[in-house]
Amino acid sequence: MSTLNTRDLVINVPGRPDGFALNMSIEPGQVWGVLGPNGAGKTTLLHTLAGLLPARSGQVQLNSAPLTALKRRVIAQQLGLVFQERQDSFPATVLETALIGRHPWLSPWDSEQGEDQRRAEQALTTLDVNHLSDRLLNTLSGGERQRVAIATLMTQNPDILLLDEPTNHLDLHHQVKVMNLLRDQAGAGKTVFMCLHDLNLAARWCTHVLLLYTNGDACWGPAKNMLEPAALERLYNQKLITVEADGAPVFVPVSF
Amino acid sequence: MTRALLSLGLLALASVALALALGSVTVSPADLWQVIQGEGSTLHRTLLLDLRLPRTLAAFGTGGLLAVAGALMQVLLRNPLADPYVLGLSGGAAVGALLAMLMGMGTLIISGSAFAGAMLATVLVFGLAHGTGSWTPSRLLLTGVVVAAGWGAVITLMLAITPSYKLPGMLYWLMGDVSYARSPWPAVVVLAVAVVLIMPLARNLNVLARGPMQAAALGVSVRPLEWTIYVLASLLTATAVTTAGSIGFVGLIVPHMLRLILGNDQRIILPASALAGGTLLVLADTLARTMIAPEQLPVGVITALLGVPTFLYLLHRSR
Repeated sequence: MSTLNTRDLVINVPGRPDGFALNMSIEPGQVWGVLGPNGAGKTTLLHTLAGLLPARSGQVQLNSAPLTALKRRVIAQQLGLVFQERQDSFPATVLETALIGRHPWLSPWDSEQGEDQRRAEQALTTLDVNHLSDRLLNTLSGGERQRVAIATLMTQNPDILLLDEPTNHLDLHHQVKVMNLLRDQAGAGKTVFMCLHDLNLAARWCTHVLLLYTNGDACWGPAKNMLEPAALERLYNQKLITVEADGAPVFVPVSF
Repeated sequence: MTRALLSLGLLALASVALALALGSVTVSPADLWQVIQGEGSTLHRTLLLDLRLPRTLAAFGTGGLLAVAGALMQVLLRNPLADPYVLGLSGGAAVGALLAMLMGMGTLIISGSAFAGAMLATVLVFGLAHGTGSWTPSRLLLTGVVVAAGWGAVITLMLAITPSYKLPGMLYWLMGDVSYARSPWPAVVVLAVAVVLIMPLARNLNVLARGPMQAAALGVSVRPLEWTIYVLASLLTATAVTTAGSIGFVGLIVPHMLRLILGNDQRIILPASALAGGTLLVLADTLARTMIAPEQLPVGVITALLGVPTFLYLLHRSR
């Protein structure tokens, strides 16, 4: 089990004042949702938390060690990230793609063994894409590719799961399936931290929420405290109607 | 997959045997076998071991070096059209060599100068593309193409001011010609060492092919890896160009064709490129020696004649 802490973290969004420094403690069992308008820095934050982008100031700590002091391989064994955009310059099959999740666990001379293969197939089955395992990635639909990307993260099996809009391109059934999967992962002691665009997914599945404003302001805390209609309306500059369904608040944008 | 490498290995041996047997004097398989066993007539021994074998090995080494360098650069730039020739490394080497020839230097200086030219070209291309901090593949490729055009102009200028009696040697060098190889060993040894060194990095390269961010997220130290590939690919190119002049398109067509057949696992593609690149150049050189024998064509003509249509076909197919 791993914990991710930010110490006076200011992410580096070009041309923006420093804003509010982040002091979050993201712990095992928690499901975090980052909400904010376009360009608020959600992806930048996620990449900074993964150590892929330098912070403007402050630091990110993985189990109280600063990320910058750790080897990439050590980080990748504890922390994984699903990107919003993926490039595939060379053709690759679905199974090959899931198997690269094993990379941080294998030494240079190792090749993937039966156990790695089994993990990859299991992850693909969980995401309902195992029947596509021999297909080339560039022949799949957007939603199928998104599920393959999440299956790659499951194959990597890190303690901390960072996801950039994991429900992008997914149909309703698979949105629910993926969110349930992430909640189960947190239930098993993993830490989940994701950017979301859908307030209602955050309201139903997240234990904690971070609101990220365009000007660099931020506030965070348990989901039920954060999902205040007034705060959300200010966040998106959009009037909302709140109703309740299935035991959770549902936010509907007003159409004017 | 090891079967694929084994068949390529056998194919390589067969091409070497063919190259030894064919030529102005055709050697029968029985005579070839006798020489391999250390027997046979003095004529055959001299012909095979002192004349044809070094040239064949030089062709094999050069082809393998160019193909591996191409495969590495394609992963580095995440662009299947990258290769040492397109990126202007061969051009830089050619300028180095021609400069030395123009000044009437000996073969050793010509080789050294070609090597320096290739390294200078690499530093120039990667340095210019890297200059402002962003090092995007398309920018690198574009810089390479423009620098290659620059080398082309310098070469033309040098040819224009060269006394005509020196021209034939220079032209042959420009088109690539294995018969100019002084010794096959630098190419063969560098190829073998490079393939052994690169194998533990091959899985890293597979991950790098998915993009630098994804690779970093999966535990690859991207910048050190990129620099390693870039230095290694330049060294391989420089060695190849120093051995046999600037031979185009081997680095482009060999890895690409292998990817179409074997997929894009670098643990297979890199050794397979070494074997298939070597085989291709041995066969092309055999063709160059025998097509209009006793006249000899520069092998670069054959590879370019094969490479240009392939390149255009690939361009046409890629969106």
